Amino acid sequence: MLPLLRHARYVLSENPVTGLAFGLFALFLIAALFGPVLAPYNPLQSNAAMALKPPSAAHWFGTDQLGRDIFSRVLVATRLDLTIAFASVILAFMLGALSGVAAGYFGGWTDRIVGRLADTIMAFPLFVLAMGIVAALGNEVINIVIATAIINFPLYARVARAEANVRRDAGFVEAARLSGNGEARVLLGHVLPNIMPIMMVQMSLTMGYAILNAAGLSFIGLGVRPPAAEWGIMVAEGANFIQSGEWWIALFPGATLMLAVFCFNLLGDGLRDIIDPRMRT
Amino acid sequence: MLNLLLSRLATAIPSIVGVVIVTFMLTRLLPGDPAAYFAGLAASPQAIAEIRTKLGLDKSLPEQFVGYIGDLLQGNLGNSLSTGQPVVAEIATRLPASAELTLFALIVAVAIAIPLGVLAAVKQGTWIDHLCRIVTTAGVSLPVFFTGLLFAYVFYYLLQWAPAPTGRLDVFMSPPTHITGFYLIDSALTGNLETLWGALRQLALPAISMAIFSLAPLARMTRGSMLAVLGSDFIRTARASGLSPRTVIFTYAFRNAVLPVITTLGMVFSFLLGANVLVETVFAWPGIGLYAVNALITSDYAPVQGFVLTMAILYVALNLAIDFVYGLVDPRVRLDS
Repeated sequence: MLPLLRHARYVLSENPVTGLAFGLFALFLIAALFGPVLAPYNPLQSNAAMALKPPSAAHWFGTDQLGRDIFSRVLVATRLDLTIAFASVILAFMLGALSGVAAGYFGGWTDRIVGRLADTIMAFPLFVLAMGIVAALGNEVINIVIATAIINFPLYARVARAEANVRRDAGFVEAARLSGNGEARVLLGHVLPNIMPIMMVQMSLTMGYAILNAAGLSFIGLGVRPPAAEWGIMVAEGANFIQSGEWWIALFPGATLMLAVFCFNLLGDGLRDIIDPRMRT
Repeated sequence: MLNLLLSRLATAIPSIVGVVIVTFMLTRLLPGDPAAYFAGLAASPQAIAEIRTKLGLDKSLPEQFVGYIGDLLQGNLGNSLSTGQPVVAEIATRLPASAELTLFALIVAVAIAIPLGVLAAVKQGTWIDHLCRIVTTAGVSLPVFFTGLLFAYVFYYLLQWAPAPTGRLDVFMSPPTHITGFYLIDSALTGNLETLWGALRQLALPAISMAIFSLAPLARMTRGSMLAVLGSDFIRTARASGLSPRTVIFTYAFRNAVLPVITTLGMVFSFLLGANVLVETVFAWPGIGLYAVNALITSDYAPVQGFVLTMAILYVALNLAIDFVYGLVDPRVRLDS
């Protein structure tokens, strides 16, 4: 553990941007955990007298068409947005890593079926497929999670397959097999833990895309429904006021969304440098 | 040449089969009763049963699948509930708008990304290299609907350089004579410069928002593959033979480095076709993306399914075209096939 920490410190000192990303990540985490407590106003409380007010000392990010405080809404939305993204990434990891490892380890039919499944998903423009899935499954938040997980599945399955394939005949796998472990045990207890670091990098790399995808879906009216606070839907609400000059309604949630995606993309790159220096570009 | 074309076509067939099966599953296998939905809220069980028979939903799934394939082969994607029109016709009339936007965005993305990537590789470690890294990281992080809105605010509301973000042409202009359906090409062909300029102004903001989002993979790949080629022996030899840096970079290095860039075009198109939906929503662009979004809002499923299928088939066709171009550009691939 200690050499890894030292290596992490080395990478951070080499690349201060990664440090910045970690700082931002901590902020987002705090907002997600304590957002509802920290918010100065009730994010759902409308106040007609205060509608469409630009940013001020009382309302840092201004108020929207119903007089709701945008700062509170952006803060509270963090939890929902990050939960959707985390849940979909974890679901994609579970589906993709398990089937990918099995495909790489067993080869043959398992490999062919998983490969064909991944190819079929990749044959769609991914956002369009996500739209179709949410439209078919029903307009619920859980279906955004499922759709985002499905479009990320091929990435995980392919990486897991390649990594498991390399390790299939490695010494430690042979040893595990010779000590009388069953195939399932070798797979889950020996092969899977060894590819975990690479899967972790994959998770942080796809996290930004998952946030973007979920926000995009709710921007076009799928999944999250008003009056719930969510970044994508808030930008959509603000879009109606851009042409009349009320920029703050869309700007703050949009900029926060952008910052979150930026943070996770940088974090993914940084994590990759720490865990697997060979993949550095 | 014909062999190459045929072998590429053969690789697309499993994709098409997969796409058709998935779209069928999206329409039929999932929870919810389409018959009850089509019949409306107040329908009696009898009316629902009648509609189920009419829609063929009482048949077994394989039978329904055969029926679905039959419909597809006849070009029948069902009717839109809200307009009553066949979905195929509505998509066909809107497709040129989306295609013009997407292709124009692709041209913009390529025009920015490739010079940027080449420069970043040639001047590795300098400010332009850092700029390339910033632009690519920021580009994929920017939600495309947010960039679009920001552009509309800055260039339309504040600076008034751009026209109102509402559609392909100003309301006071009439569209050019229909030849290809692409306003830029049609107005240029008919010599209508005023319309050409008007269409270009409407097109600029949405296309640039899409280009920014999708140029990252292109720029990264150009930089990476240029770096790899510039480090190879034949470049050293070319340099040692006293060729000018320009010849070395453009004739020797770039022509080899461009090959992996062509393969990333597939990913770029995946980004562009997805972003297309969001950008059309922001700029009220009358393409198939906006059509699908409007249908989604009114829970009109046939257009959505038709849209997903059309996009997927377009995407498979685009990938096929990219594969084919790759084969044309790289003689080694041609020999292999």
